[in-house]
Amino acid sequence: MPILTKDESNALLKKVLSYSKADECEVNLNGTDSSNVRYARNAVSTSGSISQTSLVVSSAFGKKVGVATINEFDDASLQKVVLRAEELARLAPENPEFVSFLGPQTYGPSATFVDATAKATPAIRADLVGQSLATAKASKMVAAGYFEDITGFAAMMNTKGLFAYNTSTNVNFSITARTEDEKGSGYATRGYNDITKLDTKKATQIACDKGLRSATAKAIEPGKYTVILEPAAAAVLLENIFFGLDARQADEGRSFLSQPGGKTRMGEKLVDERVNIYSDPQNPDLPTSPWTGDGRAQEKVSWIEKGVVKNLTFSRYWAEKKGVKAIPGPDGVIMDGGTKSIEELIKGTKKGILVTRLWYIRPVDPQTLLLTGLTRDGTFYIENGEIKFPVKNFRFNESPVIMLNNLEELGKVERTVSVESNTNYLIPPMKIRDFTFSSLSDAV
Amino acid sequence: MYLAGMGSTAAMLVGIPGMGHAIAPERALETVDVALKKQLADVALNAARSQGATYTDVRIGRYLNQFVVTREDKVQNIVNTESYGLGVRVIANGGWGFAATDKMQKDDIAKAAALAVSIAKENSRLLTERVQLAPQKGYGEVSWKAPIEKNAFEVPIKEKVDLLLGVNDAALKGGANYINSFLFMVNEQKYFASSDGSYIDQDIHRIWPTFFITKIDAATGKFETRNALSAPMGMGYEYLNPRPQDKIKGITTLYKGRYDMLEDAKDAARQATEKITAKSVEPGKYDLILDPSHLWLTIHESTGHPTELDRVLGYEANFAGTSFLTLDKWQSKKFNYGSKLVNIMADKTQVGSLGAVGYDDEGVQCGKWDVIKDGILVNYQAIRDQAHIVNLNASQGCCYADNWSSVQFQRMANISLQPGKEKKSIDDMIKGVKKGIYIIGDGSFSIDQQRYNFQFGGQLFYEIKDGKIVGMLKDVAYQSNTQEFWNSCVEIADESDYRLGGSFFDGKGQPPQSSAVSHGSATTRFNGVNVINTARKIG
Repeated sequence: MPILTKDESNALLKKVLSYSKADECEVNLNGTDSSNVRYARNAVSTSGSISQTSLVVSSAFGKKVGVATINEFDDASLQKVVLRAEELARLAPENPEFVSFLGPQTYGPSATFVDATAKATPAIRADLVGQSLATAKASKMVAAGYFEDITGFAAMMNTKGLFAYNTSTNVNFSITARTEDEKGSGYATRGYNDITKLDTKKATQIACDKGLRSATAKAIEPGKYTVILEPAAAAVLLENIFFGLDARQADEGRSFLSQPGGKTRMGEKLVDERVNIYSDPQNPDLPTSPWTGDGRAQEKVSWIEKGVVKNLTFSRYWAEKKGVKAIPGPDGVIMDGGTKSIEELIKGTKKGILVTRLWYIRPVDPQTLLLTGLTRDGTFYIENGEIKFPVKNFRFNESPVIMLNNLEELGKVERTVSVESNTNYLIPPMKIRDFTFSSLSDAV
Repeated sequence: MYLAGMGSTAAMLVGIPGMGHAIAPERALETVDVALKKQLADVALNAARSQGATYTDVRIGRYLNQFVVTREDKVQNIVNTESYGLGVRVIANGGWGFAATDKMQKDDIAKAAALAVSIAKENSRLLTERVQLAPQKGYGEVSWKAPIEKNAFEVPIKEKVDLLLGVNDAALKGGANYINSFLFMVNEQKYFASSDGSYIDQDIHRIWPTFFITKIDAATGKFETRNALSAPMGMGYEYLNPRPQDKIKGITTLYKGRYDMLEDAKDAARQATEKITAKSVEPGKYDLILDPSHLWLTIHESTGHPTELDRVLGYEANFAGTSFLTLDKWQSKKFNYGSKLVNIMADKTQVGSLGAVGYDDEGVQCGKWDVIKDGILVNYQAIRDQAHIVNLNASQGCCYADNWSSVQFQRMANISLQPGKEKKSIDDMIKGVKKGIYIIGDGSFSIDQQRYNFQFGGQLFYEIKDGKIVGMLKDVAYQSNTQEFWNSCVEIADESDYRLGGSFFDGKGQPPQSSAVSHGSATTRFNGVNVINTARKIG
């Protein structure tokens, strides 16, 4: 599928809107070309290419809304899809929470598209995976990994005069290297907009070194430990805070941000004062779309500043009801860090555990954001500033809110990818005291 | 790998890849002519062969979903989605290649087939061994339809909206502060063709009614939740027509082949309120009586996943993980997975189950087989390119793709614990427990990447003392090790208590795919399991 240009998208969307007889009509157009290579047991297992485009029409008569989609783009199909959306809208019950579509908006520039990524070929992918496989074999490790690149465009227009357009590219890579006797396992993950930044060889070498060092782990007693969480491990815990910033849930009393009597923790100190969490679509290391699917502009927003909750996310309906700005949820989140490397954080640790990766994170109690999950692919005991030996994996029961109150130190920010949500973040490694490990696992 | 959690705001469902596109409801009743599908499939088969493929299969899929989403007195969303397209998988130079397209013109299909072959050839230089496919005879032109009574897509939207708003009203009148309720309906119209000579047309239906209730204690700001005790089923709308014979009356009403959503919502509102003042559990060892509405998830995580052969072999090492049930344990024929009472079967044919199909997504007719027999590991779940590794001369039919745009791979069959052979009711079992907890409904869940260490919560927890239920508990989760846990299984209720639970969203693979799977059991007792208290304080 060709990626439609801004002008082509504009012309197509104008044509669709010209068929509308509804009070209001909004049209979203999306297309992606994605390709992936998957490997395991030191060989490619499956790989593929998928091309998809879709056009979504939302029509409203008063507060009655209908949505219809099509993936054919001739005039007759476009007329048909508009008609269907209007039929559905007439059949639908009134939605009292429907908010009239947005008028024209101003968006910042976009840096989400990189030409080199869009030009990736099967041969380039095979080469990148080949380098990873060769590195693993040279270390006598068994590699399983995944490479994926996606090129996409998105455009929207409505009868209120709004038009938005963006193109984006992404490349995600992850690698698990296991020792041949299956006693050690290491992991690394990388995410970029620009494929030329991806060094599969280097990432694989990190996973191999971790895997080799983690072999024949010792069991130590579960309990409360000082931990150093690498960014990939911290991300999967912290994103539960990021996903839980919804103002309505908090106002309704069913969130960790709720307070008795219908109040929320907005404006209150929630975590250690060294914690600053924000989003910025213009950040050069984590560019994200300057607009959301409902046409709102994505701006730089501070979520937690010096430990205090500064902003919550609002649907347009809830914002209108509360008379506040409708701040959309972020596409990528950034947490400020310090200057130290992970090695330097280890050096300053008397006794603790280094955690590479956390796995199977699930909420246990939504009111405290208590989460459970396990360490995986490289867990090490630290004593007097040095890694002493690999340890068996632990199950933890911990809340990221409690954890950020037990903050000891932050390291240097890195871009990382959540294995749970596939979202990219800029997050520092962090040293946390009294992290609760509740049992041991035999898993490698 | 693991089950995806379902967010309480289901409006986001529209954006989930694989959920398809929104369409008007009447389009769901259209089907694609089977003769046209055969023509299109032949285009792909021929194009792939001419490019050098030694094996090709083609899947033409029309995936329909309908979601009705409500909260309290409002309908939040009615979404009809359709996803139609073609996926072609080939073997060339001994390796797999796959391509998919939603452009259904013959030229576009031929191009997709050629792309799949070129990908296979490009990647074949990174192979260590050539793909070995278990032999599979072609079935010619055949079809299979799920035995449903009432196509949910034919039921008017108004009837569904009225049901959910009635459920919400009952919950709010019963004291709930909030309720989100949902109806999810799925129809997979799948056509499979292969160079083995099969042309298989299938029609599959699934339904899942569910709700989440929240009760808030205004004084303390504390809140408790109670989710529906329904099961997603491989059924039509008949699942929502309750019958007295499908209800098991006890401390709460439990449901077999039909579900009474209204009654469950009333029970839930009362129980969410009761939870606020329930006793916080004292951590320690307890005997657990686990209801099938809870146990399905433990079976899924601790038996279903570790017996998947692709995990055992390392194909999922980078994401879902591997398995503690290594080949040597199976080869020994004496690996003591559980107590002698533990008999677990894989079954792709069970009527009403989520995994029931006539043929899998690589054209293998489905069946059933023992996985754990009298406590011993006896078999795995395999597909065509793995069968030779476990000395099978045919696939077990476990191949599935969640969309035409996804490549098919090994997915879990329905994996179920067989009921006890002696007559035994839930009450009989509770009577025998000195210090225990009776757990109903699934809650929080987590297990390690080799499936040793797990932790599960639930919806309802009742304390058992000296053979009697003495009250409700909260903040309960149990932690165990799979082998230790299944060896502590001491009692299983009889067949009359056997029920299915399951999930629409079993996630696995990269890019991740969802699969729907059921797990049956009767109420089961496990002795001396470690229970933790999950209450914490923030701020």
